[in-house]
Amino acid sequence: MDAAAPGRALMEVEDLARVYTMGGTALRALDGVGVAIGHGEFVAVMGPSGSGKSTFMNLLGLLDQPTRGRYRLDGEDVAGLGADARATMRNRKLGFVFQSFNLLPRATAVENVALPLVYAGVPRGERRRRAAAVLETLGLGARLDHTPLELSGGQQQRVAIARALVNEPGAILADEPTGALDSRTGLEIMALFQALHARGITLVVVTHDPEIAAFATRVLTFRDGRLVEDRRQVPRNAAAALAARPEAAA
Amino acid sequence: MSPLDAFAGALDSLRANALRSALTMLGIFIGVAAVIAMVAVGSGARETVLAQIRALGANLIVVVPGNVTVGGVRLGSGARASLTQDDALALEREIDAVEAAAPTSRGQVQVVAGGVNWSSWLLGVTPSFFVARDWEIALGRGLEAEDYDRGAQVVLLGETVARTLFDEIDPIGETIRLRNVPFRVVGVLARKGQTTGGQDQDDVVVAPLRAAQQRVLGVNRANARAVGSITVRVRDGEDTAQAEEQIRALLRQRHRLTAAQEDDFLLRNLADIAATRDASSRTMSWLLAAIATVSLLVGGIGIMNIMLVSVTERTREIGLRLAVGARRRDILMQFLIEAATLSALGGVAGAALGFAAARALTRIAGWPTLVSPEAILLAVGVSAGVGIVFGYYPARRAAALDPIEALRHA
Repeated sequence: MDAAAPGRALMEVEDLARVYTMGGTALRALDGVGVAIGHGEFVAVMGPSGSGKSTFMNLLGLLDQPTRGRYRLDGEDVAGLGADARATMRNRKLGFVFQSFNLLPRATAVENVALPLVYAGVPRGERRRRAAAVLETLGLGARLDHTPLELSGGQQQRVAIARALVNEPGAILADEPTGALDSRTGLEIMALFQALHARGITLVVVTHDPEIAAFATRVLTFRDGRLVEDRRQVPRNAAAALAARPEAAA
Repeated sequence: MSPLDAFAGALDSLRANALRSALTMLGIFIGVAAVIAMVAVGSGARETVLAQIRALGANLIVVVPGNVTVGGVRLGSGARASLTQDDALALEREIDAVEAAAPTSRGQVQVVAGGVNWSSWLLGVTPSFFVARDWEIALGRGLEAEDYDRGAQVVLLGETVARTLFDEIDPIGETIRLRNVPFRVVGVLARKGQTTGGQDQDDVVVAPLRAAQQRVLGVNRANARAVGSITVRVRDGEDTAQAEEQIRALLRQRHRLTAAQEDDFLLRNLADIAATRDASSRTMSWLLAAIATVSLLVGGIGIMNIMLVSVTERTREIGLRLAVGARRRDILMQFLIEAATLSALGGVAGAALGFAAARALTRIAGWPTLVSPEAILLAVGVSAGVGIVFGYYPARRAAALDPIEALRHA
């Protein structure tokens, strides 16, 4: 992935704030957050709803612009970028995974995965080849031309993860990636994330579920728009947890 | 995102809502079809008129006696027999551009053959007439030099007259009476059909000028050489307008008109008549353009409406596209191309229907129609343009969406 100098952070924010103004009252969704996420980290972002974790995620993902503060992504100052420049940065540096998958319903798995490459200007033939290759590494080689309706929830989320990976981003940002899945499939997805982490991919996962956060190497906890805890931990092994489940034998 | 990708995407999304897409196209479809069909009928009719005028001869100028003012009294056209056979001879001899100048006299006569009585037109002509007008002989022979010189009482019958008087009988050699004067039929003219004004060109009897004037129509007392009109044929390749000026100058000189006096003759050019017809068909074209504008406007509003619905329905898709790296202009282009494709497809289908309707009108009703490739190109181009114009607002709305809001959209 990114060949950055060791120790230099992939994502570094300082005094980051996001204030929404609604009907004259200012809502401080995020208020003076500073944190650095290094290459290859697996970070869980936790907190109750309204804590600012989603706002933090949107700012990290360049989907939103901070009201105040600095943000360096891969050494580049991106806090002041316009909408189109942010779109290009998202395309090149970041991959997104959503709770509800957000696949195009009429497009096949390959077409869905190839979507970021469309906006990266990759020629059609190469798009398909690269998308198919990523799907194969995620065990979906037999489902290339299936539409989302023909896939299970876990398969759909794996297609979405393949889409996040296809343009070889520096980091994957996942917003409640297991929220729409049953617990077993959720575990499978976390096992996949851990496998990606083992390959050196940086992951930031927003979750309200401590069980999910346990698979990360670092947990950031938010409350009332502030970062209240930054804890490193030894992760639980999702693959082992999956194997230990009684129905796994069946 | 390349335009080709956007176009492929547009086709996919139109196909996904095939019925809705088809219904949306209907406005443009019907508008374009109607315009193509009506333009086809209009230009077909115009082409027919032009073809008839061409057949008549666009290089034909008819000189008729004009207004004269005698002692302060303005007399009507033809009040004085101002044109003579000598004028015709002079035109033919002195103006190079004139191929033939045929003096003719014309009058309505009662034609009787056997028991049948028919009112028709007698045309007294000289040999120049058959140079000026390409009238052909269908039966028998034409008028010959001897007929003209002797003032022989022989006639050629127009097809209508021949049919009315003789029906199935061969008229050649038969005798007819024109105002009770006997003439022998020597030939029948080929059928020429109606003029654009609806006159039957075959309801005519042609005789040598001398016999016609002396025996039937009567000779002008003031001037025995006077004729009713002169038909001038301009040589191929010569400029008709220029020839007209030369004719006018020569006739003024021959009639000894001073600079202050008006022409005592009128020049009528068939090209002018064609121009008049052209002008009236232009009015028709404006009317068609107005209908086209209204129907395209209505169709365009339909497209705008459905594109707004589509943008709302696909808010999440737009959010996702923005998240994975689509720029504003990518989204704008995607929806503009979709609207233009929708509209242009309607235009193409409408042009096809219009073309088919024109063909059907020709086959069933026998109307002449003409579908020009330009009209089809224009219709399709304009309808794509309508798509872009009316698709712009919805596309702008799509492109202006906030990715976070869009992704959250239910």
